[in-house]
Amino acid sequence: MNRSERTAQFTQKARAVSATVKTVATMDEALAHAVDVCAQKQACAILASGCEHALSDPAEELCGLKQWEKLIAAPNLKERDAQSLASLCRPAGIGLIQRGLAAYAGGIDVGLTLADFAISETGTLVINCPDEDLRLATMISEVHVAVLNAGDIYADSYDIADKLAAFFAKSDYTAFITGASRTADIERVLTLGVHGPLDLHVLIIDGQSSL
Amino acid sequence: MQTADNLGQYRKQLAEALENTFQRKALDNFAVAYRDGRDANFAGIDRDHLIESIGTAKDAAMARLDELFEEFCQKAGAAGAKVHFAGSDVEANEIISQIAAENNCSRIVKSKSMTAEETLLNHFLENRGYEVIETDLGEWIIQLRHEGPSHMVMPAIHLSRNEVSRLFSEVTGKQQDPDIEKLVKVARRELRQRFVSADMGISGANFAIAETGTLGIVSNEGNVRLVTTMPRVHVALVGIDKLIPTVSEALQVLKGLPRNATGQAITSYVTWITGANPSAASGSGRKIMHIVFLDNGRSALAKDPVFSQALRCVRCGACANVCPIYRLVGGHAYGHIYIGAIGLILTYFFHGRDKDKNLIENCLNCQACKQVCVAGIDLPRLIREVHTMVEHGGKKPVLSSLAGFVLKRRPLFHALLRSGRYAQKPVTGNTAYMRHLPQMFFRDHGFKDLPALAKKPFRDQWDPAPFSPARPEYRVALFSGCLQDFVYPEQLLSGLQLLAGGRIEVVFVRQQGCCGLPLYMLGEHEAAADLAAWNIGNMDPGDYDYILTFCASCGSHMKENYPHLLAKHPGAGVRARQFAEKVIDFSSFVMRMGLGEDQEARPEKTRAAYHAPCHLCRGMGVRQPPRDLLERAGYEYVAHGEEETCCGLGGTYSFKFPEISATILDKKLSAVAETRADILVTDCPGCVMQLRGGAKKQKRPFAVLHMAEAIAGKKP
Repeated sequence: MNRSERTAQFTQKARAVSATVKTVATMDEALAHAVDVCAQKQACAILASGCEHALSDPAEELCGLKQWEKLIAAPNLKERDAQSLASLCRPAGIGLIQRGLAAYAGGIDVGLTLADFAISETGTLVINCPDEDLRLATMISEVHVAVLNAGDIYADSYDIADKLAAFFAKSDYTAFITGASRTADIERVLTLGVHGPLDLHVLIIDGQSSL
Repeated sequence: MQTADNLGQYRKQLAEALENTFQRKALDNFAVAYRDGRDANFAGIDRDHLIESIGTAKDAAMARLDELFEEFCQKAGAAGAKVHFAGSDVEANEIISQIAAENNCSRIVKSKSMTAEETLLNHFLENRGYEVIETDLGEWIIQLRHEGPSHMVMPAIHLSRNEVSRLFSEVTGKQQDPDIEKLVKVARRELRQRFVSADMGISGANFAIAETGTLGIVSNEGNVRLVTTMPRVHVALVGIDKLIPTVSEALQVLKGLPRNATGQAITSYVTWITGANPSAASGSGRKIMHIVFLDNGRSALAKDPVFSQALRCVRCGACANVCPIYRLVGGHAYGHIYIGAIGLILTYFFHGRDKDKNLIENCLNCQACKQVCVAGIDLPRLIREVHTMVEHGGKKPVLSSLAGFVLKRRPLFHALLRSGRYAQKPVTGNTAYMRHLPQMFFRDHGFKDLPALAKKPFRDQWDPAPFSPARPEYRVALFSGCLQDFVYPEQLLSGLQLLAGGRIEVVFVRQQGCCGLPLYMLGEHEAAADLAAWNIGNMDPGDYDYILTFCASCGSHMKENYPHLLAKHPGAGVRARQFAEKVIDFSSFVMRMGLGEDQEARPEKTRAAYHAPCHLCRGMGVRQPPRDLLERAGYEYVAHGEEETCCGLGGTYSFKFPEISATILDKKLSAVAETRADILVTDCPGCVMQLRGGAKKQKRPFAVLHMAEAIAGKKP
């Protein structure tokens, strides 16, 4: 498979598990998309998903912890991109954090992260995240937006075995992420968004696509 | 969980499960959906090759567990994890409790782990005053109900949304709607607070990669990631059978596990953890990371020549998904902690004979599990082997030793069968069915009519003349099997008509005995091996081109089990293998000889449904020939969804568990009725007995025929 076939297969497989996949030309476009997703989220009332339901008192309290302004967490952006993102967030009234995510367990609206690799066979993102903030951004955010370079898409998990082994050569936490968090534990009915993100967006930066 | 003291109590538990209409419907829908989706799940993948490589990789790993454990310890230790080895379940629990105490933990969040279920870890920790919260949605639900899982992958499959909403109403103290989407969100919110306040997380693991000291954990909900990230302490409890040498081999297993378990190409998350990672909640800034390996008999199991393959299991749950018994009664009645076919085996080794003694009886030997296993475990054979140990570990039931005595003595057995014809008169009223069953022997067996012994066994009607050409193309030994010899001789006689005429010499060796399957099923493996040797001795594979049988059960037993039974006897194993190679079923033989074609042009064809005997479609791997033969013989073959589901007979099974046998049979007959078939055809006299008896009792509008009868155009 060549690069565009891998990109096409990744897109198809990720969409099959309800991920939103978009091709973007540049990182700036990706940042703008993340802010857009966050801004549009206002329309739906699922902030800190679950808080609208009747809950026990301790769980209700945690909902109170959520700052009701909208929040983007972006722990592993390059300095330049983080600054661009901040300048997009400010006028939209969106808060931006890069560290200390554990204090926001009540819910972060959008977690924006970079992905290291992807596996097209299954539509899977590979994110090397020993950094705890990066890990949390992919876990406690309600929408996870991941940015992926088309050149980092591999056909098969076997193709990245060496790269994984290199990650694992020291203390490490690596995540394979395929679609949003899901369960079918009640009557086998598929439901998205149990303990992790309710929604996954993958933005593929494909330098070749603009040619 | 198994608490029954005896088979009677266990049957009561099964009867209650059969009454559970919600569970029945849920499991039935699941069984059909799983079956229909499985091929698509493996689209684009060479499934057989994958199964073989997973089996090979796991076997190789189990052969050097000690080495892999050493390597893992070294690598994980260097990355900051503390690795423990627990010989027994209680030792594992003690170690984990100790870790909690040393680190002043009181609130524990847990992700799903069958190994922790095995050691009853939650009870142990709760008794020591720790709060343990399961965070997998299904596990949390059953924890709140104080139950064990009823499926290894879908622990709460037996519960309805109404039951869950009642439960959540209690837990939250607020009224909850029975709306699944909303219930999931309530769980998300309730449990998020538990993650925040917990000081210790306990997980299991699907892989322990030796070359890097890495744990791999699959999950869909994302709770595993929170359990292993938010609290300052992480303890992983891992069976040592999860050790695997390399990252590549773990990725290989990962290709099969989710596909076979839930039909996903991969789970939403796969989490790979090596050593102690950064943790803001921990004082040192690093996670306090412990890995507890559980042995509990596994390393001894790994060295066992027969049972080591049980350690290939990747806990996908598929053997339950396809089991016709699980489909009816669910996991609480079909397992102790481990569920399904693998549960019948592991319960004996991990939880003891007493917990397994009733369970192990509850198998039809239909082989559906063997076919679906992603690690290629020969589950039916291991179940039979455990059965033998269970039988011989306690007092041997009278039936089994008596059967061994009789069946091994051919003249005595045949004499008993002959005299049985006179003894049965009062119950048959001289018809072909037993009219009044002696109740003391066949209690609860009123769901089907049982056939009477034939007036004249096949061996007294056999005339070799039409089957002794001067220059035959093929020389064939006929293995009659007891059921066709003494109960259904007409099946043999009608089928043989096709073979008369010159090309084929058929030899019927009078000294042949029972194939031995009933003894094998009763756990009498030595007696079964004696019979195998006897039959091979009387029908030398060197003398014949084929050993033809009209009975799929005899056929698959001779083909599959003879080589195993005689493997340890010098020389006999080779002969058994040669013998097995020549065993052929009726439909395949007729197709191969180009016989059975319908010569007449019929304006309207008879609609023929087919029942694939377990021992034919899975046991002997014969699938297409019978269907082709029906069409060649001029029938309109009408397919149905339950064709390859067991008929519920399972030899003596239907006498031990009549309620389950009857329910499976009913499901089958209903599926056939929906095809509006005129006849139901099959290739095994055992299946004919079950299906014909049931169809007659239920007054179904179709006749049940053996393939030989159908092809010869003869009505029963």
